[in-house]
Amino acid sequence: MDRLKSLLTAILRDWMMLLGLLLLATVFFMAATAPLFFPQPPDTMMGPPLQWPGQYAGAPLGTDGLGRNILAGLFYGAQISLLVGFASVTVAMVFGILVGAFAGYYGGWIDNLLMRVTELFQTIPQFMLAIVVVAVLGPSIQVIIFSLAVVSWPAIARLVRGEFMVLREKAYVQGCIVVGMSDMRIIFTQILPNAMSGVTVMSTIMIATAILMESALSFLGFGDPNVTTWGTMIGMGKNNLRDAWYIMTIPGIALLLTALALNLVGDGLNDYLNPRLRSQRGQ
Amino acid sequence: MKPIRRRFPWAFLAKRVAYGALAMLAIAIINFFLLKLAPGDAAEALAGQAGTADPAYIAQLRAQFGLDQPLLSQLWAFLVRLATLDLGYSYVFNERVSVLIFSRMPATLMLMGAAIVIAVIGGIVFGVTAARYANRWPDRVISFVALLLYGTPPYWIGLMMILIFAVTLGWTPTSGMENVLAFNTGWDRVADIAHHLILPALAQSIFYLAIYIRLVRAGMLEVLSLDFIRVARAKGISERRLSYRHALRNAVLPLVTVVGTNVGNFLGGAVLTETVFSWPGVGRLMFDAMFQRDLNLLLSILVLSSFFVILANLIVDLLYAVINPTVELK
Repeated sequence: MDRLKSLLTAILRDWMMLLGLLLLATVFFMAATAPLFFPQPPDTMMGPPLQWPGQYAGAPLGTDGLGRNILAGLFYGAQISLLVGFASVTVAMVFGILVGAFAGYYGGWIDNLLMRVTELFQTIPQFMLAIVVVAVLGPSIQVIIFSLAVVSWPAIARLVRGEFMVLREKAYVQGCIVVGMSDMRIIFTQILPNAMSGVTVMSTIMIATAILMESALSFLGFGDPNVTTWGTMIGMGKNNLRDAWYIMTIPGIALLLTALALNLVGDGLNDYLNPRLRSQRGQ
Repeated sequence: MKPIRRRFPWAFLAKRVAYGALAMLAIAIINFFLLKLAPGDAAEALAGQAGTADPAYIAQLRAQFGLDQPLLSQLWAFLVRLATLDLGYSYVFNERVSVLIFSRMPATLMLMGAAIVIAVIGGIVFGVTAARYANRWPDRVISFVALLLYGTPPYWIGLMMILIFAVTLGWTPTSGMENVLAFNTGWDRVADIAHHLILPALAQSIFYLAIYIRLVRAGMLEVLSLDFIRVARAKGISERRLSYRHALRNAVLPLVTVVGTNVGNFLGGAVLTETVFSWPGVGRLMFDAMFQRDLNLLLSILVLSSFFVILANLIVDLLYAVINPTVELK
């Protein structure tokens, strides 16, 4: 309870993090209430095409070239962005933590082997690898989540490895070894909880990156063809760049604010979890 | 004080080259199995995705890939073809894949080079300024803008730039690399290409600009708190000279490493920038290959790009040793 209280005070003191949380809450609200406010699927024609924001009462943010309601697209797009962002980073976290924990805890040739593989995946251009995975396995939400996890896990693995290498030498871990605790128990119940603060901060920021990458895939037309995402909306709006620039501008701002929110929350969590580093941000 | 002469690190170089070669081999193997993941027979998939179902073509592909052979000899054949840069023929583009990729390379390298230069110079100038005015309004403005840019979809900022600078203001062309109808030669052509380069290079650099600003700022703040800076300040050296000559040298070192690790991301980002600006490089080729479902071309681009990143990292490692003599090369 005390921890929760101190987290809440930290949030209230740090207005940047508060702003981030508010923005993020808005995106979650949009995702949750999309079917409530807009019972029709977002790809149905809801009014005359190319209505500017405020011009047509049925669509406050206007309609696109096919008469689809942009506001409805924003609400439904929030679902996909959040789903892909959180799911892909969760998968990447599980895999990255496993690889990093074993490499950092055991060291030696296991560390050498695992880290060489990790570096290899960091060498391959991330976005190109994601495109090729989608090309090979076909465009669907599941494949996109998988492809983004494939490109995201190495960063987590390296972070976790670093933390494990330091924590392994601590007296409390040596104590666990002495009392005969099994390696698995030490790794997952003793060291991992202490390594999680860095992972939490990094994951928050990686969700933003994953959301941006998903939108980029959809923008290029390589996303799941059955769902409306912010990236697809920008891709469609690109064709009306000259006569109706609001179509691509609005979902872009939504993406920008979502990524900003996650980065603000990440920065705030970092300050809260690693208070010693606070001076580096100059706060 | 006599400068300590250092021998050229041959042993280090040999080790890095050997490691690079191993990494290339591993990447080739990963790609081989990626192709194996494709549903159905690879030859059928390739032929189908190349838009032909011609049995003769499929048979030729089968022979080419040796699909009747055991897996290991297939892998060996794949590696041999890769080593001899025999990447196959693209029926979509009617050209050998290796020729196709290498002819697009210069445009991508130009775009990448320009973007890196913009990001590094901008990162240093704004990062140093932010650090000099730490926690005062110039710092707050720069830091907030950097945070905004960090979360901006790079392709979207490219579109917005086209909207503002090309369509509305008419300062730059909207897309392409040069005005081919003008038949420019010599310096006219250089100027024309540079004019076309401005927007894509800026759009591509934005994300990295944001990272480098934050990096330089943090590095500067750390260095500026060290004793030798206090001594220099006590000697009466101006703040500007202190920042740019004394502190920056030390603060900028991590930047070199980060730029090196970002080379791959720049290449990946080129797919987006080049598609938005119709820039005739490897990234645009990758978009077209994906659009036409030319799987072999896609994989070839991925492999060659990875090789390029390995080379770039090798160069950065050496460069780092040159600018920072305290680094021990192992």
